[in-house]
Amino acid sequence: MIQKRLSIALAGNPNSGKTTIFNNITGTRQKVGNWPGVTVEKKEGNINKSGYDLKIIDLPGTYSLTPFSIEEIVARNFILDERPDVVIDIIDASNLERSLYLATQLREIDCKVLFALNMADVARTRGTKIDDKKLSELLAVPVVFTIGNKNKGIDTLLKKAIELAESDVVISNKRKVKYSKDIEDSISKIEHFIGNHTADSIPYNIRWTAIKLLEDDKIIKERILEKTGKIGEDILRETDNQRNFLVDRFDDDPEIIMTDERYGFIAGIIMEVLTTSTKQRVDISRNVDLVLTNRFVGFPIFIFFIWAMFQLTFSLGAYPMEWISSGIHLFSTLLAHVLPDNIFKDFLINGVIAGVGSVAIFLPNILILFFCIALFEDTGYMSRAAFLMDKIMHLIGLHGKSFIPMLMGFGCNVPAIMASRTLESEKDRTLTILITPFMSCSARLPVYIILAGAFFGAKAGTVIFGIYLLGIILSIITGRLFRSTLLKGADAPFVMELPPYRIPMIKSLLIHMWDRSKIFLKKMGGYILAGSVVIWTLITFPHNISYSKNYDLEIERVKTSFQTKIEAARESDKASLAQKRDIAVSELITEKKAEKAEKSYMGRIGKIIAPVFSPIGIDWRGSVALLSGFVAKEIVVSTMGILYAADQREDSEALKNALSSSGMTPIGALAMMVFVLLYMPCLATLAAIRRETASLKWMIFSISYSTLLAWGMAFLVYQGGTMIGV
Amino acid sequence: MLLSEMKQKQTATVVRVGGNGALRRRILEMGILKGTSIYVEKYAPLKDPVELIVKGYHVSLRVEEAAQITVENVK
Repeated sequence: MIQKRLSIALAGNPNSGKTTIFNNITGTRQKVGNWPGVTVEKKEGNINKSGYDLKIIDLPGTYSLTPFSIEEIVARNFILDERPDVVIDIIDASNLERSLYLATQLREIDCKVLFALNMADVARTRGTKIDDKKLSELLAVPVVFTIGNKNKGIDTLLKKAIELAESDVVISNKRKVKYSKDIEDSISKIEHFIGNHTADSIPYNIRWTAIKLLEDDKIIKERILEKTGKIGEDILRETDNQRNFLVDRFDDDPEIIMTDERYGFIAGIIMEVLTTSTKQRVDISRNVDLVLTNRFVGFPIFIFFIWAMFQLTFSLGAYPMEWISSGIHLFSTLLAHVLPDNIFKDFLINGVIAGVGSVAIFLPNILILFFCIALFEDTGYMSRAAFLMDKIMHLIGLHGKSFIPMLMGFGCNVPAIMASRTLESEKDRTLTILITPFMSCSARLPVYIILAGAFFGAKAGTVIFGIYLLGIILSIITGRLFRSTLLKGADAPFVMELPPYRIPMIKSLLIHMWDRSKIFLKKMGGYILAGSVVIWTLITFPHNISYSKNYDLEIERVKTSFQTKIEAARESDKASLAQKRDIAVSELITEKKAEKAEKSYMGRIGKIIAPVFSPIGIDWRGSVALLSGFVAKEIVVSTMGILYAADQREDSEALKNALSSSGMTPIGALAMMVFVLLYMPCLATLAAIRRETASLKWMIFSISYSTLLAWGMAFLVYQGGTMIGV
Repeated sequence: MLLSEMKQKQTATVVRVGGNGALRRRILEMGILKGTSIYVEKYAPLKDPVELIVKGYHVSLRVEEAAQITVENVK
């Protein structure tokens, strides 16, 4: 038997417990993706219930259906275009009045609505009681009580939803918002106008369309023109007449008057259904908040939480990172032993496994970070963080919530950019994503340590601090610049709800964490793999290069000559001779690698682009190292190691010596550090940018802007420094 | 008096919500309308934004946004 399919959309205010209910209904059988074309998270899940195949869609949490924010547009378009069989409006019972605003808007659209009065237990302890029968009667909508975090009422909710979907109730206009006479007159005039001319080509409820036109709804206007063409222009003209009349009459825009009247209608309902006892009660959440956002201890506590998150993510995360790293190492060593020496083996180990490994290694960081962020969000602390930081972030033209992604950037840009998801406004999100790469991530630190250590000695610490500071300063300048040019426009109003603190549910935290991490693994994996394969190809080919000398023969010769020496030597000298032999051999191997790198496509590209880098004091080897840093910035160090022919066994000391003797000057090293700080983000970060902005354009923009800025700054440092003779 | 001039722990009634289109409508949609009673819970440690209690829930506004709202009967 084929089961009947029904689609049920969950709508509701942010913090209404909507996600908890969604998680309870669908459990782990949920798919998380993005709504087409935008970066708003889309969640859906399929379940079987009483012989029906239910598709549950979690709409973005919104306070209204006025198409201002991207979330509101997405939610409304879904209801209008996909026509779900039932829309469940999840209402926070302790916040009834404001929640009813969205509810009345849903009632106005021609769709079947069901109310879930969520967290009525909390409302009751706060001294409010809701008469659900009255509410149901006044709005002609079925009402179900639910307690999301205790999984109560969910079953009834679904049953009622199925019942509603299968019934053929006609939604009467009587129970909808009734506006004042002048507005109602205008609505019916537009309704008639549409009815007389082209009722069939309007895809929505006529009254609703008339209301939206009167509210000057840009999206609906466009759609009318699209659907009806010439008649549409007449409809819009009629609308303009009515609007002008109402503006004259009320001395204000009709949409403002209508918002007011909707709340008036709601106030009437509240009077009838809500009883509030007057007894004073202790509001725990409010008391907690008095401490957490306190004038004196608010910031120290906030800094402590951020510090703890940082510590957990990067210090605790370092252990599993180590395990994964050694696991991958073990695996490649094993493969190296098992497989015969050929190009395929090299590809597999140095291309594929190294590439995939470089992603997998971030997984512990990502998991921990997203767990912490989920904890901040689910407890309600995230909005307090924004409340505390907004003043500071607003100076850069950003929202208070941008602080966390930017701070995470100092650890790793990839999770940082993904953390920007918590920002509601797309412009804020894009701006945050574009400036986060200037937060110097931990992968860049080894490069600074080598360069600053080699050229600045005791002052190395100060120099490195200066580099970090430069990144912060440039991010502020960039932020202000972009805010006033590229990402101009109305700064998203900071009208932010501060929801009561709640004890998070572990299940919900885990689902949250895993959903986001999964996206990271899936999408990043593809990019990184492709990128590493390209880089591997550039380094490996051409495969048969003619070396200036026969290294293999030379190595054999060195080995045998030492062998005879060792055999002839006294017992006490044998060990030191063997050591000398090993050094000689490894010098040859390094030399061979350096020559191979020089003659590979990568090396050739490096030599071609070297003229571009010479004004900033970087030679062709530095250029190649920087190119290879595209895969991951820490690779810059190992590439330099190979190219400057430093003996790798002796770690950084040898590289420092090799760098000093290669003619690099302190000012050249400084220019290189500046360049490494600023130039294009690594592959994983770019993949994250591409993913989170949902646009190739911003990714390319980020590459160009940061690389140009890097070159410009490095040029200033190098030429300026050389001129004043540092 | 403007909402932004109110002190912590004062209540008042909204007389008028000004400002440009989107911001104004957003404020109204969040339930801050003419006649609504507002309680100033507190200011952030850096004096901006401000936290209000409206219709039984907590909401924060930037001070510059609160300056668009005129209030009376400040107590």
